[in-house]
Amino acid sequence: MAEDRIIVVGAGPAGVRATEALVQAGLRPSVIDEGQRDGGQIYRRQPEGFLRAKSELYGTEADRAAKLHETFAHLKPKIDYRPETLAWNISEGSLHVVRGAQSEALAYDALIVAAGATDRIMPVRGWNRAGVYSLGGSQIALKAQACAIGRQVVFLGSGPLLYLVASQYVKAGASVAAVLDTAPRQLRVKALPKLLARPDVLLKGIALDRHLRRSGIDVLTGVHPVAIEGSDERGVEAVSVRLPGGEVRTIACDAVGLGHHLRPETQLADLARCAFRFDAQTRQWQPEVDAEGRSSVKGIYLAGDSSRTLGADGAEAAGRLAALAALKDRGHAVSANEMARLTKTIARIDRFRQGISEAFPWPHQAAAELSDDTVVCRCECITAGELRAVASEKGATELNRAKAFSRVGMGRCQGRYCGHAAAEVVAAAAGLPLEQVGRLRGQAPVKPLPVAAGVALP
Amino acid sequence: MTGRFVRLGELDRAPLAFSIDGEPASGLEGDTLLVAVLNQTDRLRVSEFGDGARSGFCLMGACQDCWLWSESGERLRACTTSLEDGMRILTQAPGREWLKIAS
Ligand SMILES: Cc1cc2nc3c(=O)[nH]c(=O)nc-3n(C[C@H](O)[C@H](O)[C@H](O)COP(=O)(O)OP(=O)(O)OC[C@H]3O[C@@H](n4cnc5c(N)ncnc54)[C@H](O)[C@@H]3O)c2cc1C
Ligand code: FES
Repeated sequence: MAEDRIIVVGAGPAGVRATEALVQAGLRPSVIDEGQRDGGQIYRRQPEGFLRAKSELYGTEADRAAKLHETFAHLKPKIDYRPETLAWNISEGSLHVVRGAQSEALAYDALIVAAGATDRIMPVRGWNRAGVYSLGGSQIALKAQACAIGRQVVFLGSGPLLYLVASQYVKAGASVAAVLDTAPRQLRVKALPKLLARPDVLLKGIALDRHLRRSGIDVLTGVHPVAIEGSDERGVEAVSVRLPGGEVRTIACDAVGLGHHLRPETQLADLARCAFRFDAQTRQWQPEVDAEGRSSVKGIYLAGDSSRTLGADGAEAAGRLAALAALKDRGHAVSANEMARLTKTIARIDRFRQGISEAFPWPHQAAAELSDDTVVCRCECITAGELRAVASEKGATELNRAKAFSRVGMGRCQGRYCGHAAAEVVAAAAGLPLEQVGRLRGQAPVKPLPVAAGVALP
Repeated sequence: MTGRFVRLGELDRAPLAFSIDGEPASGLEGDTLLVAVLNQTDRLRVSEFGDGARSGFCLMGACQDCWLWSESGERLRACTTSLEDGMRILTQAPGREWLKIAS
């Protein structure tokens, strides 16, 4: 059989397990990852020379982390591994990558995108102040650098990561001023039947909540964020939220970890022209994939958080399954039994995922209530009021038109952190269902290139 | 000025000297540039859109809020750049600073 040129983007749980399956089939895939080291987000590694044990970094997931790191160490000599390399475009069967000033186009027969996710953010007035970090960023400061983001930290938002990161901060000796969850507690009870699809994970979640309360941390649920207070000069000084009873509570702090669960990194799928579908439950657009990870475009496979937020175990299963699907499609013998087993595992994890998004919903109603002067785009300080104006005065009720008029999504982050909220603001202002507003389309380069790379953009 | 970040461990690393806009500073081997700067001071830069100090956001190379510059004009993404001994960091692109002095 002719050499199969298969590329995996991402060396997190999904990418590593995909790579492993390809190597087991006798191939030598290319693995592209922007990070200095493998591991992805959850199993992110600390730099060489740091001494904390895996149990300190990964808690209950230390064994899984160790296994994934070991697997990749064994795979390294058998693959074309390219760390610190950004995959920035896809065109005509080639993946464009850049490392430092070195740019290259890699032709592929099959491409497995396991690019992970970033925090999903609903803005709060003042979230552009210094000292506000994404929840994921707050965790990276601790996990990869042994630092807290401030002396008094408030965690605000919703989702499992809110409790996890807060608990990790407390364990590491940081001072946590409060945990403020926008989701009302009773939603967790309603979501219980689905959450019971993974009783072990559910118990770990309950243990986190308990750890925080036992440590004397205020955990307030069903809150409505009012503002992150402070000054342009000094940054964050407090967080105000309205409690379910109507009382406004202000909590002094010098740092905020903010996030509402995750959004998939879909730019590469977009550049490969994969079809997307609107997921009404999470109110976001997701690339279409079949049960085994095939996108709508032949030869493009999507796995892990970059298609659906299944968490680390789901990412490992989906990564392996996508690789098996790619192998099968290219005429390799694969075990149908194993594929069926993985599909079943993923279906169970997906049921749990649905439970999580019911228990910790994206607080979309908050978009309509943002004051006109609330910054929606941090990159270029575009406010909710400006967005509403382009929707009502210019009739720009499709997101890419609203982008052209307002520049929302054109800044440094290319819409990663404002895109979902901007869509909600425009939809609410125009009185349209969210799916009619559309989504920001991914564009090349997926991230700003080093100036020195000097590549000609399409 | 005290730092925005708080070190909670891993203190037993070699110190590295660097500078921020010409002011001497120090970090530890293994620090990212962002962490080294924010252990010295409370910001990375001032927003070009007039809303004050900025100190990064995602720490994972996604938001691009943390750009700093080397004296030779190279743009550095502080959260994914490792601190090196003797680095001389500017919080504004060198061209712009020069313009400011000239105007
Ligand atoms: C900041 C953060 C922290 C998280 N922490 C936890 C946690 O503690 N516990 C938990 O259960 N879940 C956590 N999650 C959820 C977590 O993402 C999943 O559990 C798991 O890591 C998903 O694995 P993955 O392989 O799909 O993606 P990831 O682990 O995110 O790996 C994706 C990889 O792709 C690389 N990549 C992406 N785009 C490109 C590109 N264009 N070019 C080159 N490389 C690219 C990235 O560098 C990364 O290494 C976290 C998520 C985030 C965003
Ligand atoms: S802090 Fe977001 S890219 Fe560096």
